[in-house]
Order: sequence, then C-alpha cells, then structure tokens
Amino acid sequence: MKQPEEIFEYLQQKFGEEGLEFQAGDVGESWVLVEASSIPDMTKFLRDDPELQFDVLMCLSGVHYDKEEELGVSYHIYSTKLNHKLAFKTRVPVDEPHVPTVESIWKTANWHEREAWDMVGVVFDGHSNHRRILCPVDWEGHPLRKDYVQQEFYQGITTRE
Amino acid sequence: MEMKMKIKPKEKITRKTNTREMTINMGPQHPSTHGVLRLELVLDGEVVEQVRPNIGYLHRCFEKYAEQLGDYAKVIPYTDRMDYVSAMNQEHGYVVAMERLLEIEVPERVEYIRVILAELQRISSHLLGLGAFGLDLGAFTPFLYCFTEREKILNIFEKTSGARLLYNYMAVGGLMKDVHEGFKSEVTDFIKTFRPKIKELNDLLSYNRIFINRTANIGVLPKEVALNYAASGPVLRGSGKKWDIRRNDPYSIYDRFDFDIPVGTGEMGTIGDCWDRYMVRVREMEQSLRIIEQALDGMPDEGDVTEAVPKRIRPKAGELYARTETPRGELGYYIISDKSGGPFRVKARAPSFVHLSMLPAISKGALIADMVAIVGSIDIVLGEVDR
Repeated sequence: MKQPEEIFEYLQQKFGEEGLEFQAGDVGESWVLVEASSIPDMTKFLRDDPELQFDVLMCLSGVHYDKEEELGVSYHIYSTKLNHKLAFKTRVPVDEPHVPTVESIWKTANWHEREAWDMVGVVFDGHSNHRRILCPVDWEGHPLRKDYVQQEFYQGITTRE
Repeated sequence: MEMKMKIKPKEKITRKTNTREMTINMGPQHPSTHGVLRLELVLDGEVVEQVRPNIGYLHRCFEKYAEQLGDYAKVIPYTDRMDYVSAMNQEHGYVVAMERLLEIEVPERVEYIRVILAELQRISSHLLGLGAFGLDLGAFTPFLYCFTEREKILNIFEKTSGARLLYNYMAVGGLMKDVHEGFKSEVTDFIKTFRPKIKELNDLLSYNRIFINRTANIGVLPKEVALNYAASGPVLRGSGKKWDIRRNDPYSIYDRFDFDIPVGTGEMGTIGDCWDRYMVRVREMEQSLRIIEQALDGMPDEGDVTEAVPKRIRPKAGELYARTETPRGELGYYIISDKSGGPFRVKARAPSFVHLSMLPAISKGALIADMVAIVGSIDIVLGEVDR
C-alpha cells in the first residue's frame, strides 16, 4: 500500500519531473496533474507495474473550468490487490479538447468517456464508439459546460415551458 | 429440500442458420428491462451475436441541477431520485462525502441510525431485485412474498421519515429528525419475522430446479473481466472476488461490525453465472440482519441527532471522491468545491451504469430468452443509469 505522494515520486523516477505535478486543495484528496499526451504510457504503467497494480478505474469525470477556459478529465483509480488509490487529472484548452482514450487499459472507460464527451465535450482520441450516450445523438451543445444554453427546439418541439 | 446437483454447461450453439442477421429492439417499453432501456439485439436465429444498450431515456441531468442549485443541502432530495429503490443508501453516500469535505465529526447515535437504515434499505432493495428477477423468469409467487416483506421495511421508514420511497431524511452532519418512538422494537420484530422468510425464499425460488436451469451457466462473468469493467457489489462478488467497500475501504462505522462477505462459488454451474449473482444477494440479506442486530445493541439511547448539522455549508476549496457500498455496488460521488455555497461539480458514479456497460461482454452467444435472465441478474435501476 502506497500513499499518493509516494506514487507521485515513483512516477517521477520513471517518467521524469517534467509534465508531472502534485497538487492538493485545502480539504479533501490530492491529485497528480499530468500532460494529456503522456496518458497512454502512464496508464499502462500504472496498471501493469508490480508495485502499483491499479486494476480498477473507479471513476472518470469531465469538468469544465470556465475561468481558465479549460476542460479537465479526472481519473480515480484503485488497486484491489494492494488497496491503494490515486487521483490524476489532465487539463486541455476548451477549443482543442483532445485527450487520448484509456479504453484499452480499463474497459469501463468506454461509457465514462462517452459520458464526458456528451456532458462536457472532451474529445477522446482513438475511442471505439465516440457517440453521445445520455442525450439524443442530434442534441446540440454539452449540458455541463458552464456557459451552456439549452436549445429552444428539439425536432420541432419546444424544450422550454 | 436443497438440491446440490450441479448443472453441466450446455454446449455452445455454433450452428449458423441460413438466414441473414436480424436486428431487433428489446425495449424501451419492456417488462423485463426494469425501466426504460432499449437493447439493440443483433440475432442469428435465436442466438444473440451482439448487444447494444441504448440509455438516456430517464436522463434528468442531476449533475447540472446540483451545480445550479447553489446549495449543498438541496442536492440531497435529488440523490434520492437517482436510485429510487434504495434512496437511503444514495443519501448516505452523499452525506458521507460531504462530511469528509467539511471535516465534520458526526454523533455516535446518528452513525448507528444511519447504518441500521442503510442495511434495512439494502434488504428491501434486494427483495425487490430478487422478486423481480424471479418474475422475469416466470415465477410469480416469490415476487409477492418478497413484496410483503419489503412493505414491512417501508412501513418503518414511513413512520421515521414520512415517506415510503424518497426520504430526504439524512442531512449533512446528522439526520433531519430523530427516529420515531418504538423504532428499536419494530426493527427487532422485523428481524425476528424476516429470518425464516429467507429460508422460505430459498425453498420457493433459489433451489427450484426450473429456476436453476434458467440461471446456472448463463451470463458468465469471469473475475478478471469484472475487475477490468470496474464491477462492484454483488456482481463482482458473484464472480468470486471477496471484496466489499464496507470491509475493504470502510466508511461510517462499518469497521466495528462483524459480518461475512458471501461470494459466488459456482455451486450450481460456473463461477460468475446468473445464479451466483442471485445467491450472493440472498446471502447478503442474512449478513445485513447481523449488522442491524449489532447496531441495535450498540446504539446509544440518548443524543441530539441534529447537533452537528451546520447552519451553512461552506467547504474550503478542494475535491474528493468518496464511495460507499449500495445494494447495487460502488456508488461514488466526485465533488469539487470552489469555496462557494454550492458544488462546482458533482459527478455521481453509479454502479448500474458501469454494470450495464459490460452487458455486451457477457451476453454474446446467449439465447434471446436468456437475455432476460442476464439483465435481471445484474439488477439495474434505470434512474441511476441515466441520472
């Protein structure tokens, strides 16, 4: 069992100090900020390394940071074998929100990523079925963006009361 | 009488029919989809080649509401409406997350009452799940037996909170009000009358030969696949993995109780089949009773349940992911606070959503009639899938 700080240092030894940052809020849990481009290598390492063995992706969430004009993706992973957790995040600009998919590492990411695309508008490169999941396929906009305005009509039916 | 005869796996039907593949819809209005779910089935004769679940029919964007309400306390009634058959567990998950974010110490009495309510709700939710599962496969009587028992729990809840299904009873830091007079004796009575009913359910349904034939070796979910899909709760335990958040990552006061974690063993067929998932739920009800008994013993008689409820909820900036064990599995709340009175972002990670996503992986090659068994055995609630 490792603490998030130890995992962060371990990751730094492997991937170098560039592009990795350890952050924490005033309360709650800490997280590791990573570059979007390093996600495929890093997630594979997190899952397969014998000292980490993160076999479960508990949650994947898209976030819209409206002040910074950025979209974020938060990953919460857990190891059932070693019983430790890690949160890591990546942030990309709103006008070019490309993040590589982790579907091939943890299959559960398939639907979570579709939800993040649907709700926040993060584009997951390499995803096998990049479609909306909760909203209809022809819905406009991404509801969980902070500046979202609901469309007035959907297929000729008013969406307002 | 319990029959312990194993069923041999059926031979896989590989013969290709000479017809072309056919796509048909199961749902959105279909009694065995447990809500509004549409499954696109690609069929070769009777054999399912591919399943594409289509969800979103019940989507209300809970997360947008939570952000726009601007008040952490007002989110609680919305969590009730996600998984409407286990609302207490949904509330429990949310208040546990908020208390960690606010670093509040909760009074002992509150913790004990919450555990009793959460476990009662687990039993009532399992009763609904098991009864409906039997109903899907043509067993009507067990469904009525289950609902009779479930009603007793809902009566206790109604006396305590004023509502049968959507309670809005737990508050951040405490409870809305104290439990009603006679709560303790009513719960004790319930335990006494319910224990023999589990055996009755076993005789009626669990060890029924027809039921076993319909569920053993069907929809087999291997342990590795389950973990890769992040399955949790009875679905993961049915695949033989001994893992329960109440034990492996304890929250509230679950570390004080002594209980077993039932797992699937392939008793009737293969490990991780529909029967295993079903039986884990039956055995879990017995364990919930054990937890309730211990909690009733340890519960302090006096104490103000609203004493730690903050007047204004204003956490510092930060975020966390908190998870709890609901009847369906791991319910996680990812909450980001930006120092204002309401959440900046709330994401609910619902177990049914995750379990439904692996439906294509476990139902390939099944017969179309077995689809009903597979969907019933993962026990989904569409309110939680779509949020």
